[in-house]
This record gives sequence, structure tokens and C-alpha cells, in this order.
Amino acid sequence: MRVALFVTCVNDALYPATGVATVRLLERLGVTVDFPAAQTCCGQPQFNTGYRAETAPLVRRTVRAFEGYEYVVTPSGSCAAMLRRHYGQFGPEAAELGPRTYELTEFLVDVLGVTDVGAYYPHRVTYHPSCHGLRLLGLGDRPRRLLEAVKGLELVELPGAEECCGFGGTFAVKNPDVSAAMGTDKVRNALASWAGVLCGADNSCLMHLGGTMSRMGVLPRLRPVHLAEILASTEEEPLT
Amino acid sequence: MSGTFLGMPGFASGARRRGAAENGNTGADPGFPAFPEAAHTSVHDERLRGNLRHATHTIRDKRARAVAELADWAELREAGRRIKDRTLRHLDRYLLQLEEAVTAAGGTVHWAADAAEANRIVTDLIRETGETEVVKIKSMATQEIGLNEALEAEGIRAYETDLAELIVQLGDDRPSHILVPAIHRNRGEIRDIFRDRMGDWGRAAPEGLTDTPADLAEAARLHLREKFLRAKVAVSGANFMVAETGTLVVVESEGNGRMCLTLPETLISVVGIEKVVPTWRDLEVFLQTLPRSSTAERMNPYTSMWTGTTDGDGPSRFHLVLLDAGRTDTLADATGRQALRCIRCSACLNVCPVYERAGGHAYGSVYPGPIGAILTPQLRGTESEIDASLPYASSLCGACYEVCPVAIDIPEVLVHLRERVAARGGPGHRLERAAIKAAGWVLDRPGVLAAGERLAHRTRALHPGNVPGAGAWTDSRDLPEMPAESFRDWWRKNRT
Ligand code: SF4
Repeated sequence: MRVALFVTCVNDALYPATGVATVRLLERLGVTVDFPAAQTCCGQPQFNTGYRAETAPLVRRTVRAFEGYEYVVTPSGSCAAMLRRHYGQFGPEAAELGPRTYELTEFLVDVLGVTDVGAYYPHRVTYHPSCHGLRLLGLGDRPRRLLEAVKGLELVELPGAEECCGFGGTFAVKNPDVSAAMGTDKVRNALASWAGVLCGADNSCLMHLGGTMSRMGVLPRLRPVHLAEILASTEEEPLT
Repeated sequence: MSGTFLGMPGFASGARRRGAAENGNTGADPGFPAFPEAAHTSVHDERLRGNLRHATHTIRDKRARAVAELADWAELREAGRRIKDRTLRHLDRYLLQLEEAVTAAGGTVHWAADAAEANRIVTDLIRETGETEVVKIKSMATQEIGLNEALEAEGIRAYETDLAELIVQLGDDRPSHILVPAIHRNRGEIRDIFRDRMGDWGRAAPEGLTDTPADLAEAARLHLREKFLRAKVAVSGANFMVAETGTLVVVESEGNGRMCLTLPETLISVVGIEKVVPTWRDLEVFLQTLPRSSTAERMNPYTSMWTGTTDGDGPSRFHLVLLDAGRTDTLADATGRQALRCIRCSACLNVCPVYERAGGHAYGSVYPGPIGAILTPQLRGTESEIDASLPYASSLCGACYEVCPVAIDIPEVLVHLRERVAARGGPGHRLERAAIKAAGWVLDRPGVLAAGERLAHRTRALHPGNVPGAGAWTDSRDLPEMPAESFRDWWRKNRT
């Protein structure tokens, strides 16, 4: 099977390890991964901030970049939600990309039909579901099922898991006080779970939470790790 | 009547709106700071946040349980959405039907295009009775138009009879929640307010008042009873108006509203035009969804319904003031109009992480929380700083949409209103648009983007931990470390 990786702009520039992990994981599962280099940003931040006209060219670019692929896979719930839920407003061609786009855990569970991806990660982990994954994509227990099958991993409950972490794209900049208060509460809840790793499937949330952890001085007792990196980790090639 | 005109019959909306703004009654207080500044103070008020957190979390958990009891919740929600949408599409027709029914039942209908007009109508009606005191049922519409203040200016005193409204009124405070206006106060604060202020407004609090709920309730009961028995005029709002019968409906928990609705001689109800439902049968849906969403009760303790006047039973004079105040304009907006479906249950406030931290006052309007963030800028326009900042007072997490019993897609309307604010420009937004345009230029050129990334990655050792200009972000969070190379470059080296 051949899929196109939509790595997303945040992962490309700031979290390449997540992209690399996604490639390694998919290849390990027998999938051929392409990276269409014409991709950049899906336009979510522009769209959500109220700049629809400025979003349109990015939508067109993204649609063109993934033309002809039956499956587009992305390790970012919020970008998947942008393609799936909002691209329809940008014309019939764009509307047609959404249904072909899969957030990583959806692709693994629904398309490949696996929950045990042969990963090994001996840590105590708690999972932040992220609003877009939870409410817009309805990922449900897919991430949980994947994490539960990881050898050595102890999954613990995150109190208030369904609450927003306070990132919200430009919200973090426009309403810094409220955003920071939300982030701090999320990190406190993660600390209360006694996990060493706060796992998520969206690096935007994890960037915000990691930045908060750093400021709170709780790193590395608690650290943010993307789900793809945990799933890519094996006994032969462990993630440190 | 034009195709987009869906509101109050007989009014051209725009001209009336401007009239209202000139009278200073519906617009925002020009001195009120934008949401981020207003929230700055409340976020750091530990006591306020504690009160809010406790109250909202308690009620949200109870709501979830009450909703889970109904197997057909999804159907009820969809039915509520449809009834409201259908009514809004033919609002002019239903309002005329309502007017006819109310008049036939012995009531009088008045049409108010804006706050100033509504206040004038109510003032004149009270003057005609010769009274200078009225009792009031908790009502969002009268708060929205600033009725109490308008009456005060004309020498008429309005007494709030809802317990939480009483606390707010005695404390010279502003409400901070739709359902629980004094949610930001704890028991100790309430005792102090009762002890210090009740005497100024009527019967003083009993000696040695404690902060136990029973004691506080008894003090309020004694204080209010005097007012119920003396009042000749009552002012109310309504949760619903039934077009086919001209019936008004108030649901409440305390029974104070029922005292106001039955004891006085004159009853004046001020109700937003969007509160109409076509038939009695439609109440079947809302009388299930409203109490479960708001107080997490299966049924609200008191449901009062009144239709015109009846000899020897209840008020002998009944006036209905139908309020537009921006609703017709809201109706003309195909995306924003869904905000008018709101039944004011406040479920969205109780699950909102932003409301929980910022508190209701930061929204600068009687409608706080997620619904306030979309309703207020539509009713008042986006000219003032606070109104222009409200559509951004959300992380778009979607929790509000999930709980809303009439399925208002609040995030969708927020983004829609952001477009409106951004399109209007203003200093901040001009810069922002320029930045977005510049970023868009780069993002449309992967080659330029890759070069930029490479430069950033190569110079990463030089980046200070806190990037100047990232200001608001790095005040409270650290930026991530720049990796050695982009994914794009890794791919080029390893997979091509
Ligand atoms: S928007 Fe929905 S949840 Fe919020 S108060 Fe209105 S009806 Fe209730």
C-alpha cells in the first residue's frame, strides 16, 4: 500500500522526529510512504483566525500536493480536522480531499486494522486526547487501544483529560493569560497522574504544554512525547 | 417585505439600531477593556477561580448524568434545533400570530426596536399605574436593556426577587453567569452582603446571620416576602412564548417568579422576539432539554404559564413588550443566526475552559461565556474594543457545541465573526493581515520555505530562549528548541 504523508508545517520545521517516526512506523507495517514536497501548511491557523481569503491559496496548494493519493496520513489531529471538516467550504475539489485524509491512529486502526504495532516503550504514560482529535475527528479510544498494546508501557488516567490544554492556535497569543492558566492546569493534572510522559497526537498542543512544563520547571520528570514516536519505538531501536 | 427580512414586522432594522446606539443603551460601555485585559485580572484572582471552578465542575458533572438518563437525547436536541430554525425562518409570521393571540386573550402587545424604546415603554406603563416600586423576575432581556438603571433614573425602584439576582443587586455587583448570576460569590461573601446591605433595600438581615444555606435562604425569604405582598406591578421576561395561544412561559427553581406572576395587579413582560415557538406541543421538547441542561434537573420545580388576563385570577392588566435590539440583524446573517436558537440554559458556560478561568465579568455583557462571545457581538455590533475581542475569546475546543441542547455550532460562528472583525481592519488586524499575507507567500513556495527552515536550523545556537516579539507567548511558556534539520531535509537525504 502506498500513502502520502502530510507531515504538517509545525512538524516539518519544529518536530521532524515525529515525521521520521511516522515514516519508520508505517514502513515497518509494510506501507510505502511518499512525501509530496509541494505540501506546506493546510491553512488552519489562517482560517481559524478569520482570514478566509488568505487561506484559499494554501487549500489549493494542499489539494494539488495530494492529488491522486488514495490515502493521505497525518500525525496531527487538528490538521486532519481542518482537511476533513473545513475544506468543504473551499470548493468541490477541496471537499474531496477530506474523506481521503486519515489521522495516524485512524489509519492504523481503521485502514490497516492493527492495534498492536509491535512497539516497545517501558514508561508510565498518560494521554491527552486534544480537542480536535476528541470532538472534531471523534478518534474515540483508538489512541488508547494503540497505547495499551505497547510492550512495557503503563497507561495511566489523565484527570480532566477532555479539557482543552489552552493552545488553540492564535488563541495562545491573543489571550495569553487564559491560555497559560489552562496549560498550567493541564500540566498539573498530568503531574497528578504520576506519569513520566504526557503523550498526545498533536504537536501543537504538546509544544504549548512542553513550553509550560519547561517554565514550571517540571522537565524532565514529566515530558511531552508524540504518540507516533512511542509507536515507532521498538526493542531494537528504542526511543530514549 | 424583502427576502432577508425575517425579524420583527414593520421595522427597518438598520435605522432603529443606530438610534439605540445613540441613546447609549444597547452598545457596550466604551470604557470597557477588551477581553484579554479584562481576563488578566480575573485569571489571577485565586478566590474567584476557586469559586468558579467548584461551581462549574459540580454542575457540569450533574448535567452529564441528567442528560445520560434520556435515551433519546440526540433526537430531542435535533428536534429543538429544527423547531427553532423553522420558527426563525418564519419569525414575522409567528410574531403576528402571537400578537393576535395575546390581544384576543386580553393582553396588550408593544413592539420595541431597541433598548431605549423598550425602557421607555416599560417606564410609561409603570407611570400609568402611579406606582414607584416594582418586583422583578430574573430576566436576561431586562438586564440586556439595562431596565433597572433606566427605571432608577426615572424614580422607579426595581426589586430583584431571584435569590442570586438579589445577591448581585445588594452587592452593587454585575451578574457573571446566565443561570447563577452570583456564581462568583461564596457563602461567606453572601452573608456579608446580606448583613451589610439588606437594610438599605427593605427588611434588614436577622441578627447573627450565619453562612449556612438555610439561614441565608430564610433571610432572603423574609426580606422578599414583604416585597411580594406590597407590589402592585411586576416585570418579567419569559423563556418561551407560544404563538398559537399567546401563552408565556417562565421556568424557575425558587417559586419567587410565580409570586410575581400572580400577586401584582399589573404584569409587564419584556421578551426577545426569538423566544416564540409556534405551538404548545413544541414545549414538550424544551421543557425536557432546558432543565436537564441548566440545573441538571429532570424537570424544573416551577413552570408558570399565563395567557392574557382572567377576571379575579392573577394580574388584571398584562403587557407584552417584544424586543428586537439587534435580533433582526442577527437573523439576516445565515451563519450567525443560529445564536438565536439559544434557550439560555448556560450549559456552554459550565463546560467552557475559558469562562472558567476568566469569569463572567470579563465578557463585558450580560451574556458571558461561549454564547456571549457569539451573541453579544451580533446584537451590539463589533465596533467597541470589547465586542471586537469577544470572537477571539475561545480556543475553539468545541466543548460548548457538544453540550448545547439546540446544537448551536458556537465554534463555527466564532470563526465567522472573526472574519467579520478581521475584514473591518483596525490597527491590530492590519498588521496581522500583513503578517498572514507574508507567511502565505512563503507557504505557497516550498523552496523558499525550505531555505528559511534551513537557515533557522543552522543558526539555532544563536536563538535566544525567549524570542523578542513572541512576547505574549514567552511570558508564560518556553519555545521549543530548534531541531538540527527539518523533516523536509531529512527526507531528501534519507529517502530520495
Ligand atoms: S448556547 Fe446552547 S448551551 Fe449555551 S446557553 Fe444557549 S442553549 Fe444553552
